[in-house]
Amino acid sequence: MNAHTLAAPPVASRVQHHGGNELTGTAGLLRFALRRDRIRIPAWALGIGSLVGYFGAVVPLAYPDQAALQTRAEIMKDPAGALLAGPGYGLDNYSLGTMIANEILGMAAVASALMSVFLVIRHTRAEEESGRAELIRAGRVGRFAPLTAALATLLVANAAVFLVLSAAMLANSLAVADSLAIAAGVGLVGVAFGAVGAVTAQLTEHARPASGMAGAVVGLAYILRGIGDSQQLGGSTLSWLSPIGWAQQTRAFFDLRWWPLLLCVALAAVLAPVAYILAGRRDLGAGLLPARPGRASATRFFVHPAGLRLRMERGSIISWCAGLFIFALLTGSLGEAIVASFEAQPEMAAILGMATTGDVLRGALAAFLKYFAMAVAVYAVISVNRLGKEESEGRTGAVLSTKVSRQGWIASALLVTVPASALLLAVSGLGLGLGALSTAGGESVVGEFTAAGLAFLPLVLCFAGAAVLAYGLHSGTWWVWVLVVASLVVGLYGPALNMPDAVLDAEPFGLVPAVPSVELDPVPLLWMSAAAVVLTAAGTAAFRRRDLEA
Amino acid sequence: MTAVIDVRGLNKNFGRVRALDNLDLTLDAGEVHGFLGPNGAGKSTTIRVLLGLLRADSGTVRLFGEDPWERAVGLHGRLAYVPGDVNLWPKITGGEAIDLFASLRGGVNPKRKADLLERFDLDPTKKTRSYSKGNRQKVALVAALASDVELLVLDEPTSGLDPLMELVFQQCIREAKDQGRTVLLSSHILAEVESLCDKVTIIRQGHAVQTGTLAELRHLSRTAVVVICDGEATSVASLTGVHDVHQDGDRVLFTVDDDALPAAMAHLLPLGIRSFTSTPPTLEELFVHHYGNGVRAAAGVEES
Repeated sequence: MNAHTLAAPPVASRVQHHGGNELTGTAGLLRFALRRDRIRIPAWALGIGSLVGYFGAVVPLAYPDQAALQTRAEIMKDPAGALLAGPGYGLDNYSLGTMIANEILGMAAVASALMSVFLVIRHTRAEEESGRAELIRAGRVGRFAPLTAALATLLVANAAVFLVLSAAMLANSLAVADSLAIAAGVGLVGVAFGAVGAVTAQLTEHARPASGMAGAVVGLAYILRGIGDSQQLGGSTLSWLSPIGWAQQTRAFFDLRWWPLLLCVALAAVLAPVAYILAGRRDLGAGLLPARPGRASATRFFVHPAGLRLRMERGSIISWCAGLFIFALLTGSLGEAIVASFEAQPEMAAILGMATTGDVLRGALAAFLKYFAMAVAVYAVISVNRLGKEESEGRTGAVLSTKVSRQGWIASALLVTVPASALLLAVSGLGLGLGALSTAGGESVVGEFTAAGLAFLPLVLCFAGAAVLAYGLHSGTWWVWVLVVASLVVGLYGPALNMPDAVLDAEPFGLVPAVPSVELDPVPLLWMSAAAVVLTAAGTAAFRRRDLEA
Repeated sequence: MTAVIDVRGLNKNFGRVRALDNLDLTLDAGEVHGFLGPNGAGKSTTIRVLLGLLRADSGTVRLFGEDPWERAVGLHGRLAYVPGDVNLWPKITGGEAIDLFASLRGGVNPKRKADLLERFDLDPTKKTRSYSKGNRQKVALVAALASDVELLVLDEPTSGLDPLMELVFQQCIREAKDQGRTVLLSSHILAEVESLCDKVTIIRQGHAVQTGTLAELRHLSRTAVVVICDGEATSVASLTGVHDVHQDGDRVLFTVDDDALPAAMAHLLPLGIRSFTSTPPTLEELFVHHYGNGVRAAAGVEES
């Protein structure tokens, strides 16, 4: 607790009358929430806005004339392009505006959706889990005040996103109405998914599964519209099952219509009352799923630090596995379509940074495998970062006061992170292979891609090692995330944005041999393994030298 | 024989804040040692240095004759630690948490665990999330007491326990002492320290201001006397070492330095004592005595 939180009165303490209702204290809580998020909300809004601003600056350089823009549009007509981008309105006369509507709107909507989910759960379930909500509610605060304040904060945050995004679009001299439609779409998708978060926050006792459930809904919404959009130009029925699809169906910069945005409003208007009804039916701090009695004694497996670790992380590993597998299966099943389009348009493969010689199917899928490896790297960093959370929440001291050594504590964490990362990579490869098997490719493709996934393990462990170093140095994890995000951005968008070769060559995921489409060259993998070991050892050594925080 | 805990001239700074200032602390084997001090005096910091979780800036720290920073893991097999604020992992049950902690120390004695669970009235099948503060504290206590260790390091171990559980705890510590274990007990519950501890160290602003047996510490403070005499008892005020003399009806009240007590008795005897009560200083008075003027005034204890 710092001076700011003490100074900001979370409770409407100035209420004079003796009455009060279930919303009493909402205004005070809202001010307090905005104060707590005074950095976060602007950071998200600027982040989403700068995505558009950056695009506006770069597109004229990468696509200097209409012919270049049309080659890009051809890619987006393709099922694979539509899967990743949007329904493809206005492809026949591609411009910066239609490009943003088609390719950027979806990603920006995912970002605002995630922002909104995290925001609502942070201010509701996470507060209850920590016990702080109890203190708040013990004041003159009504039963529904925390939820109402969280939803009001949600509106403020998405209004900020709307404003910044509008400003970024208008700064690029784009049409006003269409720009506002795009910005409103992103903001309203955020509001709708914030309402989803408000519902899942009522279901579980802990914040993480609540975020996980709502995050899975966001992922599902993106996949649904992806499949729908790849089925036909302009999207199929599946596209209309997704709030992200609704935002894209405004046909901004092509033939603007506003009414699909009403669907977002309607979804939020349905879900918010559901959240209130659920909140009214449960006790503070309780989930709707009752807790059952557990074991009176631990199993022999569990009483090892790694067993404890696995137990804490089991649910998250299973979710990651399921998510990656489903996404990989879908991607693999599009293999045939991708191959067909690559054969028709070799330049598309070049823009996506893919090989155009040899086995086109394996080359394309190997490039997609890279994207899955990036996701696994994110998992590995999150997994290692739990060490920091354990320490700041005061549990590490209790473990280190037993016979567990400091290096043993880090090793036990890696004993879960490393095999889990390998599992996730293998599952991604397996999904791609199985998906490709169902359409093309021959049986050998399954085993090849499962093994190929593992080729990324040394690189993923480099990121894990960087996270260990951050923990050991107690430096904060921000610089690890900068590394991860920079690698992702260059890896995903670098080829499309004509980044300099020096930058592209330094992108670590590109350094991993794209097996099975090329021969396995063990040299880079050995270097990466060595780097992972050095980073981990340095982090462990640093941890052994420092004071424990809490 | 080497002391179980031997701390000399320990210093620890956090940035510019001096947390421990030339601290000394010694525990012999089999001793139950009370560790007292106001909030922020450095008790927990000392304990965390003893556990090797913090590194001493200067001074010597020896646990069983070894440096706890260098030899943390080996030493931890010989001790059990109970923090004052127990944080447990979500998702697991209390019974699993007990087994985890005990196993990480080298093994749980199932019979003793079952016995302690019954005595502390703790349901091990409940998830840790549903435990109250007192029940979380019980988890750590059962795990520590069920471990076969030579030293118990207890940092305000009974915070949140109800009075019945407090008695169970005291009984368990007496049993530990009978088994020859050494106990470092940091506590604010002075009755608990008074009833359990052989020796006491009082620290203030990171420095040990007083250490010794309770009898030795009492020696340093004054005894309160209430007497009813046939004669004029207030004349005792003329003696050196007698303070705060005042009359309340028949009764005369005063405090007297330890070494002046025989002289005071000799003075009073010829006056015809009808009633005489002498109260040695309580630990609370000793504690307050060492905490400076602000605290004394706040506690309403008379200054003399």
